[in-house]
Amino acid sequence: MSPIENTAEATTMTELRTHAAEIAEQFSDHVDVTEDEVESKLQQLVEEYQVPLDEATRSVRNSYLEEAGIERDEISQGGSDQVLVNEIDQDEQWVDLRVKLVDLWDPRSDSISQVGLLGDESGTIKFVAFKTSELEKLAEGQSYELSNVVTDEYEGTYSVKLNRTTTITEIDEEIEVGDNSETIEGALVDVQSGSGLIKRCPEDDCTRVLQNGRCAEHGEVDGEFDLRIKAVLDDGQTVQDVIFNREATEELTGIELEEAKQLAKDALDTTVVADEMRADILGRYYTVTGPTLGRYVLANEFEQHDGPADAERVLIKARSI
Amino acid sequence: MSESESESESVSREVAQRVFAAEFNDASYTFKESDDDRAPVYLLLPTGERANRIFVVGTLTETEDVGEDNEYWRGRIVDPTGTFFVYAGQYQPDAASALRELEPPAYVAVVGKPRTYETDDGDINVSVRPESITEVDAATRDQWVVETADRTLDRIDAFDAAGNEYARMAGDEYGDAVAKYTETVVEGLESLETTDELDADVAADSDGDTADATDDDAEGDAVDTADPSPQP
Repeated sequence: MSPIENTAEATTMTELRTHAAEIAEQFSDHVDVTEDEVESKLQQLVEEYQVPLDEATRSVRNSYLEEAGIERDEISQGGSDQVLVNEIDQDEQWVDLRVKLVDLWDPRSDSISQVGLLGDESGTIKFVAFKTSELEKLAEGQSYELSNVVTDEYEGTYSVKLNRTTTITEIDEEIEVGDNSETIEGALVDVQSGSGLIKRCPEDDCTRVLQNGRCAEHGEVDGEFDLRIKAVLDDGQTVQDVIFNREATEELTGIELEEAKQLAKDALDTTVVADEMRADILGRYYTVTGPTLGRYVLANEFEQHDGPADAERVLIKARSI
Repeated sequence: MSESESESESVSREVAQRVFAAEFNDASYTFKESDDDRAPVYLLLPTGERANRIFVVGTLTETEDVGEDNEYWRGRIVDPTGTFFVYAGQYQPDAASALRELEPPAYVAVVGKPRTYETDDGDINVSVRPESITEVDAATRDQWVVETADRTLDRIDAFDAAGNEYARMAGDEYGDAVAKYTETVVEGLESLETTDELDADVAADSDGDTADATDDDAEGDAVDTADPSPQP
C-alpha cells in the first residue's frame, strides 16, 4: 500500500508525526535534532519523492546514524524501559538499569574493558563493557543508573552489554542486591549423569568435575571426592534443572560422603552411589528454593511433599466446568 | 560459573504430561512436528495436548516376563480410572530390573514415553516405555492423582480456546466430546477420600479390575501377540 493514497492521507500525517517523534527521541542523546526537523525530512521523502513511509523512516534514521557516527545496533529501537535484572528474558532488548556493581572479574579477552556482576533488589546479572565503547570505568560497590544497555542471551542465561550509547550516572543511593532466589515445585523425573559420588580437581580455584580422572584444565590430577545431584523437576508444564550440593545431597538422600565412598569401594564402582540415590528420590514431589545459576536452580532449601492439600479445590474446579 | 562440565543440552527436555489411564488409553494418534528422523514423536491426548513423555504414579498390580529369547517385562499399573501397560526390555535395563524385583502390589512412579502399536485386529494400543520406575509411598500417589486431575481440567478448560491447535487436532482425530474426561477427573478425586491406606486401595483397585476383567483380558491378549513391537 502506498502511504499517500486517497483518504489514508490524514492517517499518514499522524503516522509520520509518530515516526518523527520516535526518531527524534532515539537520537536526542547523540545529535542535535528536533522533531520538526525529522518530520520535514520524512515529509519530503514521502510526499515529493513518493517513498513509502517505512522506507523513508529507515532512510532518515540512517542519515542520523551516520551523522552521530554510531552503528545501527548501538541505537535503541524506541526508548528503553527501566527494568529489574531478573525481568530480563529476551535477547537484544534495550533497557535501563539501576544497579550496584557487585563484582569485577578478570577480562579474558583484550577487547573487553570490564566484565563482572551487576545487581539490584531482584538479583544479579553479568555485564560486559568493550574497549571500543570508550566508557568510563565502573567502580566496585558503587551504584549507578545505566541507560541504553543491550541484553544478550547465551544458552538460556542473560547478560547485558554496555555500548557507546550507554550513559552512566553515579547515584548516591545504596542499592540492596537480591539473590535471584526462585522457588519451584514438581516431581523429580530425572537424575542426570554427573550425579552421586564425583571427583573434583584439587587445584586452587578449580572445582571442575573430573572425567576419567582428568580435569579439562589441569589434566590428570588426584581428585577430591564430593557428592552432588543434578536432577530435573517437572510440574507437568515446565521442566527445571536443579543442583543439590554435597550438604543438600546428604540431607536429601540420607547418604553421607563417607558412606558413599564405602559403597563405591565395596562395589568397586562409583555409579552404585547414584543408583542408590535414584531409588530414594526419583518420582517424588519436592519444593526447592535457591538462587539460579545459568539454567540451574541451586537447592539451598527443599522439602519433600507429604501429600496433596488441595484435592477439595480441584474437585470444586471439576464441578464448575 | 567455573564448572566447565555443564554439558549443553541445547535441545530442551520434553515436559512429562499428567494423564489418567482412562484418557491415555483412548489416545492412538501420533505425530511429529518436523520431518527430521530424530524429531520427537508425540501422542495426541484426547483433551488436546501432545505428549512425548508422561509421569504416572499408581499401583503396580502385576509383573510378567513376556519375552521369548530375552527378558521383556510387562507391568500393569493401575490408577483410579484404569490401567497403564508398561513394557521394559534390554534397552531399558533399569526399568526392567525394577519390574523383575518389585513385589506387587506396590505404589510406583513411572517416567516414560508413550508408544503405540497396531494389533492384528487393526486396533491401536498404547503403552508406556519406561525411563525409570521407582517405588514410592501413598502420599506421592495421592498427590499425583490431584495434580493429574488439575492438569486434565486445565486442558479441558482450554479445549475451546482460540488457537489451541492440539485441541483442534484432537477434535479431528477423536471428536470433541471432552466432557467425559471431567467425569474421569471426578472419579479420580473421589477415590482419594476413601483410600488412605495401601491395603484398602489395592483392594479397591483389584475390585475394579475384576469388574471389567473380560475387557482387560482381551486387551492383554492383544498386547501379548503384539510383543515385542514397542522395541526401538
